[in-house]
Amino acid sequence: MNTPGDFAEWRSAARSLLTGGVAPEEVSWRGSAEGASLFGDTAVVAPAGAVSLPRELLEVAERVICHRDPETPARLYRIIWRAARDRQLLARTTDSEIDWLRKADKAIRRDVHKMHAFVRFRRLGEEAGRESFAAWFEPTHRVLRLTAPFFRRRFYGMDWAIVTPDARAIWQDETLTYGPGGTKDEVPGSDVVEDQWRTYYGAIFNPARVKIDAMRAEMPKKYWKNLSEAQDIAPLLAGAEARVERMREAAVSLANPLTDKWRTRVPEDLLLDDDVKTLLDVARAVDRCTRCPLSCNATQGVAGEGPERARIMLVGEQPGDREDLQGRPFVGPAGQVLSEALEEAGLDRTRLFLTNAVKHFKFEPRGKRRLHQNPTAAEIDICRWWLDKERALVQPDLIVTLGASALRGVTGKSASITSMRGAVHELEGGTKLLATIHPSFLLRLPDRERAAKERALFVADLALARKLAA
Amino acid sequence: MSAKPILEKLAVLADAAKYDASCASSGTVRRDSVGTKAIGSTEGMGICHSYAPDGRCISLLKILLTNFCIYDCRFCINRASSNVERARFSPEEVVRLTLDFYKRNYIEGLFLSSGIIRSEDYTMEQLVEVARILRDEHRFGGYIHLKTIAGADPGLIAMAGLYADRLSTNVELPTEEGLSSFAPEKKPETIRKTMASVRVGADAAIEAAKNRLIGKAKPPRFAPAGQSTQMIVGADAARDDDILKTATNLYSGYRLRRVYYSAYSPIPDASQDLPPVRPPLMREHRLYQADWLLRFYGFERAEIMQGARGGMLDLAIDPKLAWALQRREAFPVDINRAPREVLLRVPGLGTRAVDRIVAARRLGKLRLGDLAKLTASVKKVLPFIVTPDWRPGKLTDSADLRARFAPPAEQLALAL
Repeated sequence: MNTPGDFAEWRSAARSLLTGGVAPEEVSWRGSAEGASLFGDTAVVAPAGAVSLPRELLEVAERVICHRDPETPARLYRIIWRAARDRQLLARTTDSEIDWLRKADKAIRRDVHKMHAFVRFRRLGEEAGRESFAAWFEPTHRVLRLTAPFFRRRFYGMDWAIVTPDARAIWQDETLTYGPGGTKDEVPGSDVVEDQWRTYYGAIFNPARVKIDAMRAEMPKKYWKNLSEAQDIAPLLAGAEARVERMREAAVSLANPLTDKWRTRVPEDLLLDDDVKTLLDVARAVDRCTRCPLSCNATQGVAGEGPERARIMLVGEQPGDREDLQGRPFVGPAGQVLSEALEEAGLDRTRLFLTNAVKHFKFEPRGKRRLHQNPTAAEIDICRWWLDKERALVQPDLIVTLGASALRGVTGKSASITSMRGAVHELEGGTKLLATIHPSFLLRLPDRERAAKERALFVADLALARKLAA
Repeated sequence: MSAKPILEKLAVLADAAKYDASCASSGTVRRDSVGTKAIGSTEGMGICHSYAPDGRCISLLKILLTNFCIYDCRFCINRASSNVERARFSPEEVVRLTLDFYKRNYIEGLFLSSGIIRSEDYTMEQLVEVARILRDEHRFGGYIHLKTIAGADPGLIAMAGLYADRLSTNVELPTEEGLSSFAPEKKPETIRKTMASVRVGADAAIEAAKNRLIGKAKPPRFAPAGQSTQMIVGADAARDDDILKTATNLYSGYRLRRVYYSAYSPIPDASQDLPPVRPPLMREHRLYQADWLLRFYGFERAEIMQGARGGMLDLAIDPKLAWALQRREAFPVDINRAPREVLLRVPGLGTRAVDRIVAARRLGKLRLGDLAKLTASVKKVLPFIVTPDWRPGKLTDSADLRARFAPPAEQLALAL
């Protein structure tokens, strides 16, 4: 091969050998430096039809050909020779040649990745508002052509050159060209921003958690000579222990004298229970409620919503996932069902006061989801403090409880909905009570026919509520 | 503001930022500068442009806009009562630094955080302004991670989500008690509400993209690399169980991409009530392993805790092995027949090894020699697997199995 690592050259040679049926043992792959070229001492092979190879293999080969191991072209040819006869070859990960291919590919991809990471541009100048930069880099393998497109995508708006011992890539006038290898002294020896970069490197290092092996595993020493910050590694390490020791030994100093002045800016919006006088106060204070432990997992307390003089108050069980995130009642799937049913029953949602028996969402985390859990009777009873506040402030004529938890929240007693449903009850103080199901019940019914029937009953209950409040 | 030279400000404000563990630049959408003819790209996979001697990757320019702060969180170097040197960048200075570093290929982008000055809203506005200048005025296509200031107006968070790839809000301490005693101004519900508004913003953007009419412009993305958070480990009395409980709650509620666990490390001018100890790096490492088991290996928190003692993970062996040693009746498993979920629970097999095994066994029975090509270390899996040429026999149930894996106890120095 004339240019080691050149995929196009290898591919065309390999293709004619493969179509000509030349077995791997009959081929000797040599570089131009070794005198004879591939085609000089081989009988010209007549192509005998196309051979198809898995696309994935060609992609891997394009990378692996950059490997510096001189055996690479021959090994790759052996693999495509076999692949032409065994379509499953690439999947045979326990095969020793495929194992080699996978490891070689991994080495190349790592080298590409490290080149993306460790190339360091130095500024050459600026012309007509366009800056130009140059970098010297010594990749382990011949990966310049594999990496240049990345730098094009990233640095389209400036001119740049990357010089390596094997080849160079130049991006100028929005054109990418390749040229011969070069030397380090073609690239400037420093850059004005390097001082800032080294300052940053030193400051971001935490001397209390030295892990040299972890650093060297990811940034091997072979790259250090072209990384300006690497010269600081030794002094940083040498001073680390002493810095930590000084931190430890330093007597605790007096507080910064400006502390109090600064801290006066911290907003104070604590609201004591006795200060809760309006619905807005309820909404602000319910967030801080710690009467029961539900508050420590939920996002926020969700207070009721609606006009202060609403005639009908709808009480649900507790906020669900969406309600918890948005801080508003009945905005999730059950809320959707409720809205539709209300409309059918001729009730205007915006004229109702919607709230819940329990103000915080109770759930069980399961992966990326939160599974709803029923509140306990004790949790409902504790949370009644808030529901009572809302009732006292709104003073509705009629309360409609949705589900058993709501019924307990309002009455303080556990009763089955079936026993209470359909009749109008009277609460202390004359407020009327109507008990019905929670709309989420409708979402859980798998049987369509039954769901439609239950839904009709639910709408009928809501229609009754409309008549009662009229 | 003070006329400190940029180099001094950089030293102060990078030093103040290093206690934030995250430096990830991955998981965002692909972007490049070909269309904009400007600077900047993201490729999905993050790139670490350097490594500090603490073994941490340097991918982003991680700095604070200012380390002045009206809060007084005990564990924080920037707390109001700390005597640390203070500095403040202007948004333009941060933009300049970011672009200068980026053009030299030092970084993938910017991770900007800040102490709280004046108010939460004012601080958030300043952070958003930096991102806005980078994106709108310089058409910068690199990665931007903004810290969301808990308690800031949801409107500002929505703007931040339009400019940034990632947003993060730190929960700081795993329990409410810890937070109220160490960070009196930080309210857990405010932090959660901020995370919720990020999630609501992201959900709305996804919904808008789904409902887009053909031919209409794509609706803007919202923080495509998602949100993350950080918990400090070892500053308060929280146990690993508490920490993982909080983590699972956060993952389930706010779709976090990552929870970072940061071993509390001594800070200059530390508050008196903090442990002046070495950072618990091994504990941090075990928590990350447990976190991975939760997210990629199908483990529940309660299962992981079966291998723990008193709510603390075993420091000597990894949490999967600790679990397996308590559940020996589940082993050995047949490498050639066990389903993927079962293979994932074999100590010593990672997700990649499992995928390779599942692919390779379709083409023929795997023997021990084959396994050596598919996984890093066969030695570790031996007690837990069966192949046609290997049976662990009594090894699976042997009493000294833990000792085979645990590092030998350190010999005590002899006192003279």
